[in-house]
Amino acid sequence: MDAFTTHTGTAAPLRRSAVDTDQIIPAEYLKRITRTGFEDGLFVAWRTNEPDFVLNQPEYADASILVAGPDFGTGSSREHANWALLDGGFRVVISSRFADIFRNNSTKSGLLTVVLPQAEVEALWAAVEADPATPVTVDLRAKEVSYGSTTVPFEIDDYVRWRLLEGLDDVGLTEKHVDDIEAFEAQRPAWLPRALPAV
Amino acid sequence: MPKTLAEKVYEAHVVRSTPGEPDLLYIDLHLVHEVTSPQAFDGLRAAGRTVRRPDLTMATEDHNVPTLDILAPIADPVSRAQVDALRANAKEFGIRLAPMGDRDQGIVHVIGPQLGLTQPGMTIVCGDSHTSTHGAFGALAFGIGTSEVEHVLATQTLPQYRPKQMSVTVDGELAPGVSAKDIILAVIARIGTNGAAGHVIEYRGSAIQALSMEARMTICNMSIEAGAKAGLIAPDQTTFDFLQGRPHAPRGADWDAAVAHWSTLRTDEGAVFDSEVVLDASTLTPFVTWGTNPGQGLPLSERVPDPADIADEGERRAAEQALAYMGLTPGTPLTEIEVDTVFLGSCTNGRIEDLRVAAELLRGKRVDAGTRMLVVPGSVGVKSQAEAEGLDKVFLEAGAEWRGAGCSMCLGMNPDQLKPGERSASTSNRNFQGRQGKGGRTHLVSPSVAAATALTGRLTAPADLIGA
Ligand code: SF4
Repeated sequence: MDAFTTHTGTAAPLRRSAVDTDQIIPAEYLKRITRTGFEDGLFVAWRTNEPDFVLNQPEYADASILVAGPDFGTGSSREHANWALLDGGFRVVISSRFADIFRNNSTKSGLLTVVLPQAEVEALWAAVEADPATPVTVDLRAKEVSYGSTTVPFEIDDYVRWRLLEGLDDVGLTEKHVDDIEAFEAQRPAWLPRALPAV
Repeated sequence: MPKTLAEKVYEAHVVRSTPGEPDLLYIDLHLVHEVTSPQAFDGLRAAGRTVRRPDLTMATEDHNVPTLDILAPIADPVSRAQVDALRANAKEFGIRLAPMGDRDQGIVHVIGPQLGLTQPGMTIVCGDSHTSTHGAFGALAFGIGTSEVEHVLATQTLPQYRPKQMSVTVDGELAPGVSAKDIILAVIARIGTNGAAGHVIEYRGSAIQALSMEARMTICNMSIEAGAKAGLIAPDQTTFDFLQGRPHAPRGADWDAAVAHWSTLRTDEGAVFDSEVVLDASTLTPFVTWGTNPGQGLPLSERVPDPADIADEGERRAAEQALAYMGLTPGTPLTEIEVDTVFLGSCTNGRIEDLRVAAELLRGKRVDAGTRMLVVPGSVGVKSQAEAEGLDKVFLEAGAEWRGAGCSMCLGMNPDQLKPGERSASTSNRNFQGRQGKGGRTHLVSPSVAAATALTGRLTAPADLIGA
């Protein structure tokens, strides 16, 4: 995964709440077995059926920061939703509340999710609607979102932040603790089920 | 200190705990399906890693599988390639796979319990959000993304943070025709589609204890629709009776040791929950969703809500968007909504008990002429059991379609889809826009409401059939 330190780009205001991962990318796009190339499925139903949809407006077409309503990423665990956003050019999603699995997947795929209070989300919506070219900076080192003369701090777990700043792979980190894993396995009760051999 | 059930299961699986880092949690069972795994196996290959515990890993084909002509090659080349990739990966990494046509094949959350692989006190994960289903056995079971699938394949562990604890207590007795699905739809309507974010829900109370394992699975299944990390129910005699004799359940002295341990798996008196919800089962009636997320539901006796009555601006906008998509007018009685399709199936309601309830209502009657009904058993095991009981004939004689096992119209990755503008009453778990097919409109219901609706062609409570 790519490291994330700071990012500056324009932002798209997505004034919808409870955007589920079926909207971010519908199931028919999940049949692929690759890890990239999901941009064609990103919000495809809204892009196709709603001429006014924010990403259909030329001034937001190149946005790299998505500012969404509360409860973004509910529903399916599909990490394809995170990949589709990355493939579609987004590096950051800002919302007042995320669904757990989506947020967790983001920390693995290098898409930064930033939680801001709803009032700050509204203020950011207003700013980027007034001037879509407003540069917005999301600084993970300083834990700040800034645009115009506004700077808003955000909270993020220190460990997650460290991993994102370094672009570290979880599996490699866990493999350092293989001794602990082996010790744990040695004391598991014998009656726990095994999938193999087939019975 | 008194502990909750979820805390006990969590703590029993901590491999390593260090301040400032997530805990490393051991995973007892990893279930795998074709959609969320190919990139994880690619990751293993690219890094030269193997699967640490193939014996704790089981794969099945469910999301893409056709429910007609299941022994023919899959017609859609992209679906076929994904299923082929799973077959190749299972072979290469030594994982047991239940392919199409196998007697153990089925929806991943139906086969785990059916085989007895799902047991109390275990940690269970799958690259699928409805893994919460397995919590019905008192397991800590949750959905993960593909990167985490790769992590579990490689290490049999996951870095985790302690979840918060929520209790949902349901006391009282359910009226006839009211089921577990109505309980969980009412809970989600109460707390909202992401209202349990960051929490594990423990369902407790006399109404929960009175439920069968199938019904408990229906409830835990939809925990994710309230945004919960997992949902679970303390194991009891109902749980043990369900498990005894299943292929992977312990036997002999092992069984006794297991039951002794399982009997300790309950929330201690005085344990503290971060939040609590209380519901009276006796006040519940059949529930149905009117909108485009599972929290947008109401008793079937009510009317389509008017967004103008909603004070919160965000929720009002969401309701307006939902009604526009659903093609519904505020004030319409929900029982006047006509449907084109009834879907009985999915990991929420595709088990034998669900089919029995629906068949009982359909026996000797005919599905409405303008309505099609699709019955899709959750697994080959459920299908064979239903056929042994003659339920297939009941459905067929009523004019319903009797299909092979899989996810089917729950998400329409196979050819079972709604057409644009078509409306369904569905026993599945998600009424998201386009979930069952582009432009399709979904109303979530229980199996008995699904069957009653199939008979009349409009949303109908079973109690309203009498005299109809
Ligand atoms: S039945 Fe539906 S919800 Fe369940 S696993 Fe399949 S697609 Fe997911």
